[in-house]
Amino acid sequence: MATSPTVAAAAPGRAKSLAGAALGRGILAGYLSLIVLVPLAALVWRSGQDGRHAFWSAVTTPQAVAALRLTLVSSLAVAAINAVTGTSIAWVLVRDRFPGKGLLNAVIDLPFALPTIVAGLTLLVLYGPSGPFGIDVAFTRVAILLALLFVTLPFVVRAVQPVLLELDREMEEAAASLGAKPTAIFRRIVFPNLLPAILAGVALAFARSVGEYGSVVLISGNLPFKTEVSSVYIFSHIESSDTTGAAAVSVVLLAISLAVLLAIGAFRRWRDEA
Amino acid sequence: MTARYLLRFGTIGYLLMVLLIPVGLVFYRAFQHGLGPAWDAVTTPGAVHAFWLTILIAAIAVPANALFGVALAIALVRHRFPGHGLVNALVDLPLALSPVVVGLALALLYGTGGWLGGLATHGVKILFAVPGMVLATIFVSLPFVVREVVPVLREIGTEQEQAASVLGGSPFYVFRRVTLPAIRWGVAYGIVLTMARAIGEFGAVSIVSGRIEGQTQTLTLYVKDQFDNFDFTGAYAASVLLAAIALITVLAMSLLKPKDGA
Amino acid sequence: MRGISIFAVIVAATIVGAASGATQGTKLALVAYSTPKDAYGKIISSFQSTSAGKDVSFSQSYGASGDQARNVLNGQPADIVAFSLQPDMSLLVHRGLVPGNWNRDKFKGMVTDSVVVFVVRDGNPKKIHSWNDLTKKGIDVITPNPFTSGGARWNVIAGYGAQRKLGKSHKQAVAWLTKLFHHVSVQPDSARAALTVFAQGKGDVLLTYENEAIYANKKGVRTDYVVPKQTVLIENPVAVTKSGAKHAEAKAFVKFLHSKKAQQIFGDTGYRPVLSSVARQYHFKKPAGLFTIHQLGLGGWAKVEKRWFDPNNGIMAKIEKSLGH
Repeated sequence: MATSPTVAAAAPGRAKSLAGAALGRGILAGYLSLIVLVPLAALVWRSGQDGRHAFWSAVTTPQAVAALRLTLVSSLAVAAINAVTGTSIAWVLVRDRFPGKGLLNAVIDLPFALPTIVAGLTLLVLYGPSGPFGIDVAFTRVAILLALLFVTLPFVVRAVQPVLLELDREMEEAAASLGAKPTAIFRRIVFPNLLPAILAGVALAFARSVGEYGSVVLISGNLPFKTEVSSVYIFSHIESSDTTGAAAVSVVLLAISLAVLLAIGAFRRWRDEA
Repeated sequence: MTARYLLRFGTIGYLLMVLLIPVGLVFYRAFQHGLGPAWDAVTTPGAVHAFWLTILIAAIAVPANALFGVALAIALVRHRFPGHGLVNALVDLPLALSPVVVGLALALLYGTGGWLGGLATHGVKILFAVPGMVLATIFVSLPFVVREVVPVLREIGTEQEQAASVLGGSPFYVFRRVTLPAIRWGVAYGIVLTMARAIGEFGAVSIVSGRIEGQTQTLTLYVKDQFDNFDFTGAYAASVLLAAIALITVLAMSLLKPKDGA
Repeated sequence: MRGISIFAVIVAATIVGAASGATQGTKLALVAYSTPKDAYGKIISSFQSTSAGKDVSFSQSYGASGDQARNVLNGQPADIVAFSLQPDMSLLVHRGLVPGNWNRDKFKGMVTDSVVVFVVRDGNPKKIHSWNDLTKKGIDVITPNPFTSGGARWNVIAGYGAQRKLGKSHKQAVAWLTKLFHHVSVQPDSARAALTVFAQGKGDVLLTYENEAIYANKKGVRTDYVVPKQTVLIENPVAVTKSGAKHAEAKAFVKFLHSKKAQQIFGDTGYRPVLSSVARQYHFKKPAGLFTIHQLGLGGWAKVEKRWFDPNNGIMAKIEKSLGH
């Protein structure tokens, strides 16, 4: 065989490729650092620049706490609602059959693709004071929920759909033939299989809600202690020269994002093991 | 049986209320006074500039993230290196992080007193200029290509690549002839997602842009500014433009989507 | 292959972008607050048809006053700055971006005047004419957030000063202000955002600049406005920055702002001209109880900023905290 010549030919190429790999890794590390790591490091640095005490008091002002509480509660509520509606929508899209289903399936991705400010404008136009159906929830907490539900619509749906598609229906059919009711089948057989995917989608929806700005900023009203979410709080503190305050609350949001990412990773590993 | 209909119409109703009617209403409001005023609103110098600026920023951010996205995906899946977890976290972080935090981080880094604030004094304008907006856009649209290519790479395995390598192919050749064709649909889908995210970026660019008329206004910032100035037709018209782009994106997504729905 | 050509495109685009910075003629950067956008647009065109402004081109940026000041501090290029209130200018003076003698001219650095007014629904259905009407039962008041909006600070001072003019003591006036803020349901980011919210149908009365009210009417928003008997004289500062001082054209532009032509444009867009000969041509209401930031023991903006608007210890901060039910 031609083993010797090919091995001999491969050797210098291999040395070149090792050097190339190191250079490549350096460039990748540089890219990630410049784009993501260094700016975030600057943020964390600035938040602590005035000392631990200043950081802590910036994060615990009543307004900051109120904003954070509203943000977390809204995000949890939206995540919970999405767990139910997202799973239902995924179920309908996978298991049901009706004309226009394909179109509906495609439309689910619209909140991904639509700029958040446009989403905010559309919701204000519909559910604001000059809305055509007489519903006016602008500048209330309900409006915040609506905006968040809009932007997080696809997350649970798209997380659950592939799992539903792959689900082996034999067990469900066997259980049905043995007399089990549909709700019991869902609860005992289908749901446990969907749970990791639901949780991963919910975590993503939660993270997205915590940080959401563009769709909320038009409709929330920015009322301190009432309808001001953390992202809007940060933005207005940037504008009013309270950089420490803005940076400190940003670091809190950053920590929440990292925690959620860890959780998503765990849910994904759980799903892959199932 | 009724359960099925309940579920079906319940979900359709939910989608109508939360998604379809709001978007439809914006189209209606934009063209409420006819096609003429809407067209006029979208062809003002400010709107046209905003459109091209959005395209320019996307034209830089998308190829950059496509290129580095593929490279990062290969590094993450095919190679062992220290800091693997950190890279994973950094790549996924933009999905979970508020754009306002991103904008602030960049403003702190490149602003007066920041670590790279000296650049501005030497004439390299980052903040309040297009480069800053490009950096913000690259940050927020970073994950998509990586996340689409990683599972594909995992799935196809290294057999073919190893075979090609043993038969004498250089790494570059192996990449071009074996890896790339296998991942190309994942890359395409990732690129569509990246493009949508880049065009739709608002919060981060809001902070770094400086709102310079005709220079640092993207289409999303233009929508907000027009709305603020009571030029509602202008705001709705620009929104419709963005919504139309979004609809095309959604179409592309459904065509390119990996068949297992991931 | 493809990767390399993509890189080349990116590099080329960056080079082109950087090179396009070099143009002929002077380029001046105007950074201003949001409300005079229309006025400055027209004034710039007018300036460019004079001999002083012939080869001058402008970049214009408009936004909330404090936001813009902050951006300039953070490096946004600015040759001429125009803000809604003096403290935003003082911020730049303290950091050495604007020369300390910016207000040593006969106009004290101010380029336009206005007053705080009540914007109400068409026909004034709730019959709002005085400050005490604002605190009647059920009245929904809109004002921007005093910590992000210059306009909101004028509103607070106007309300406080009005009570003092009516004979109340300092303590009583502050108590009244607290009562007023209990009637405030929404505090948007900026004066313009507040006007947007009101125009969308929210609230019974909006506290804002007179020129904003006039602007809204011009844009077809169906509202009326009331000039209350007691109100504060709003004075808007403008200055050439240290970097702008390198260009004679920047100084010429600011001088032009005080010319008859420019002051007329300001007057046409709803501002009260500071040039008395032009002011006479307009019929702005002169409120009997008009006061300035230097009267009623207020002590000027430097004192007011510290006493009223310090984010932690100011009077407004305490009022906002007390609202946190």
